Amino acid sequence: MTIIPSIKRDYLCRLAEQGKRIDGRKFDEYRKIEIKPNIISKAEGSALVKIGNTQVLTGIKMDVGEPYPDSPETGVLTTGAELVPLASPDFEAGPPQEDAIELARVVDRGVRESEVIELEKLCIEPGEKVWIIFVDIHVLDYDGNLFDAASLASLAALFTTKVPAKRFDLGEDFPLPLREPPVSCTSVKFNNVVVADPCLDEEEIAEARLTVATDKNGDIRAMQKGLSGSFTKDEIKKVIKASINNGKEIRKILYKSIGK
Amino acid sequence: MVVLPSQLLGDIRNNKAGRGTFIEKGKIYSERLGILSKKMGYINVVPLKGRYNPVEGDSVIGIIIETSSSSWLVDINAPYPALLHVNEVPWSIEFGDTEKYLNYGDSIMAKILMVDESKRIQLTLNDRNLHKIVGGHIIDVEPSKVPRIIGKKGSMISLLKKYTRCRIFVGQNGRIWVDGDEKGIEKVVKVVNMIENEAVSYGLTRKIESLLKKDAKDVR
Amino acid sequence: MKSEEIKLIDSNGKRLDGRGPLDLRKIKIEAGVLHRADGSCYLEWGGNKILVAVYGPREAIPKHIQDQVKALVNARYNMASFSVEDRKRPGPDRRSREISKVISEALERVILTEQFPRTTIDVNIEVLDAEAGTRCAGLTAAGVALADAGIPMTDIPVACAAGKIDGQVVLDLGKEEDNYGDADLPVAIAPRTDEIILLQMDGHLTIEEFDKALDLAIKGCHIISKLQRKALLDRYQSLIEGGDIE
Repeated sequence: MTIIPSIKRDYLCRLAEQGKRIDGRKFDEYRKIEIKPNIISKAEGSALVKIGNTQVLTGIKMDVGEPYPDSPETGVLTTGAELVPLASPDFEAGPPQEDAIELARVVDRGVRESEVIELEKLCIEPGEKVWIIFVDIHVLDYDGNLFDAASLASLAALFTTKVPAKRFDLGEDFPLPLREPPVSCTSVKFNNVVVADPCLDEEEIAEARLTVATDKNGDIRAMQKGLSGSFTKDEIKKVIKASINNGKEIRKILYKSIGK
Repeated sequence: MVVLPSQLLGDIRNNKAGRGTFIEKGKIYSERLGILSKKMGYINVVPLKGRYNPVEGDSVIGIIIETSSSSWLVDINAPYPALLHVNEVPWSIEFGDTEKYLNYGDSIMAKILMVDESKRIQLTLNDRNLHKIVGGHIIDVEPSKVPRIIGKKGSMISLLKKYTRCRIFVGQNGRIWVDGDEKGIEKVVKVVNMIENEAVSYGLTRKIESLLKKDAKDVR
Repeated sequence: MKSEEIKLIDSNGKRLDGRGPLDLRKIKIEAGVLHRADGSCYLEWGGNKILVAVYGPREAIPKHIQDQVKALVNARYNMASFSVEDRKRPGPDRRSREISKVISEALERVILTEQFPRTTIDVNIEVLDAEAGTRCAGLTAAGVALADAGIPMTDIPVACAAGKIDGQVVLDLGKEEDNYGDADLPVAIAPRTDEIILLQMDGHLTIEEFDKALDLAIKGCHIISKLQRKALLDRYQSLIEGGDIE
């Protein structure tokens, strides 16, 4: 396990009291975001996202299978995340741990509940055959804020996805039908300050975490509070406001990267 | 010159094989990524990257990772944790009272007392300037960059102290402790990062000095 | 699936991707690409994309797995689920465990493990995009990542395959060649001494064909070895220009 010396904790807190962060950012400021779409040729869609030193790769695979009985005419979305030991000295090989499962579920919820994918257009034969979408999140380098990197990589990957109809003798390939995406923004709280896009040092001393996904209109589409600390109502409102603002900028970067 | 593992560096008839090298059939080869250095007939390879290799007498900054009734286990950025025994601290500690003095996450300036053949490492706090660290900030750098940060005869460190009025202690294990006002600490962090990533080492001290001078208006 | 009659070499002696029998696919290597890892390498080889991170040497945990006289070399070959045509279930399967084992053993031969008793050196090989020859590409990238991590070694290991297609011995099998060819011979060597540190074969070769294929694979290894060394020098040469460190 990586140990955080008490001195570092105290230093981060002292800086925070003066309105500063360890890497010189403002409280609501993100690190540099880079998106490289369509980099895996074997995947139906893919994107690499860098937020500062954090790197996450999402690949999309598609298959034909049975729909769920309660929704016989809609495609199926499955999201998985792997915290492979490549990405951090603290990640271990083996079946997904709680952290990986939470990460996958938060990304899944951001995509599913906001209905980014027009799943109703992915029915091949009602009750029999629909398209199955596998969103696989691969964390490559962990320097904080996996939630935002993973959801952004997954969105960008979905926007590059071509449904491989030809391979299944189902006509011509076509782009995955999508709607306007919500964008997730995460903040953490420590020593009574709230900062956006935590780097690893900040994440390691964080008491509470809040992820807010907002859409183009500034409406809230998904939320997740994590860790054992708490937020006040005012802090939550502040996080939402910052998430809407940062979400706007990130949406621009996303659209630019996919040529939209 | 940068050398790579297995690179031929010389012959044992004309040279002696130093650190970071190995001999095979009378030839000397580099065993690692590093910089070639020839001194007094020895061929050495100074590592460019890698964990800290503990050497007796080195000053290091350690972080307590475990306490037991008569000793502490200390992370020193080496492949192994080091042991600090209660006999090697300047306090007289009753059996089982170790946690009252040093606890998980605490940082110390220590000295490598001993490294045995099976690489078991012991530390001591029984020397001048060795103690528990309180306040300030710790910067992590590649252990191989430590000589550069200290500078020739400590020139770089003296500069930093002079222009930032910070207290600075450089551990041989790539951990640097800085204490002073926040502005000073931030400046030290900036300069250390620069030294670590700077391409040119020749004339670096002068370059850093002009940089420090530029925004230090109140140097005594 | 296609029939047995697929032509892998045309009448001009060109292979499906336009290569001659002795040509390698295009290879690109970058050292030191990850922030968290102690050493890392990104490698593209034809359609393969591989990322390797090295952590260690660090104390082996739990204690009972420690070797009192040397470091354990623990390579872990993993394919991303989206790296292949039909999605792969995440996590290790029998194939990836076997590849991890033979790569670990090959790397152990060149690493000076006795310098770090009771530790592990973890070599994480992630196949992000796969197109024939991933074990050779993975081992080659691991060699660079180990050097990048400052691990002491007697050599930088390198791997390359030769094989037989349409009755002819060729270098570095591509995707269709791997699927429809007659034999595949992945080989890893310590290039300074030409010691063979990994060797596997499947298919059918005469003794003469094997000799030829082995020589060819070793030749390929030497070409790739130069690319490995160049990648490391490109990464670090510029950092020390104009003066020595001491």
